[in-house]
Amino acid sequence: MFRDQVGKRSTKVKNVVERGAVKKFAEAIGDPHPIYFEEETGRNSRYQNNIAPPTFPRTFDYGVIEGLNLPNKGLIHGEQTFHYERPLVVGEELLCYSEVKKYFEKKGNFGEMGFLILASFGEDLAGNTIFSSTSTVVISEAVRKVLTK
Amino acid sequence: MSTLAQLNVGDSVKEIQLEPVSRIDLIKYAGASGDFNPIHTIDEEAKKAGLPGIIAHGMWTMGNLAKLFTPYFEEGFVKNYSIRFKGMVFLNDVITLKATLKEAVDNKLRFQVQAVNQNGNEVLKGEVLFNQY
Repeated sequence: MFRDQVGKRSTKVKNVVERGAVKKFAEAIGDPHPIYFEEETGRNSRYQNNIAPPTFPRTFDYGVIEGLNLPNKGLIHGEQTFHYERPLVVGEELLCYSEVKKYFEKKGNFGEMGFLILASFGEDLAGNTIFSSTSTVVISEAVRKVLTK
Repeated sequence: MSTLAQLNVGDSVKEIQLEPVSRIDLIKYAGASGDFNPIHTIDEEAKKAGLPGIIAHGMWTMGNLAKLFTPYFEEGFVKNYSIRFKGMVFLNDVITLKATLKEAVDNKLRFQVQAVNQNGNEVLKGEVLFNQY
């Protein structure tokens, strides 16, 4: 059922690297460094602005991939990657979307485990990709059975 | 402030030991990230999912780990950050964050990064590629 979804993409959604959200996020990961929210530190930095922590794209809206029904329970986050051309700058706008990159099954301790790899992207308004990320979601046989019912 | 450029292969940045994981840490992360999966905040939901108690969001630990590199924002940026979640983080666990320089090629510093709990078990492991300006 997940194999059929490979290659599907969401429609791009515009996200703003919002000042308040960056501050709240930096605090939540215990990294309240002034480069993330103190305006003067940002202005005097090489970025001439505040930047966002590397895992901040977790907060973005990537739109909906039609037909991909992931349960909100019973999933295991196995792996995560981020790739950047440059740090994200507070106030900038990004067009974000996701794609189902890969699906495979492998025998594990809890039966046949499914591995779904979702790729996500953030582009500037000129269409340049600024960051990309991948999430590997592990779906147990038990959860898949419920889904196909 | 020391710089990453002074590190030799095999050297580590100063490790950080976090305060014991608290429920409010995870509630704050849920709010800031938008990940409201209840196994991270509500005991009964964690138990229903077969867990002994609530567990930290993997992304909370991954987010914390990246702060080893925050002080060096003028020197470069985290270009690649990849993580494998190896073990669960429970309430009151004491997590230590580590990064060791594995390779330096041109302006790219490749670090092995990890988060270990109070029993010395790896809960998260991966790599950071730091791109120097």
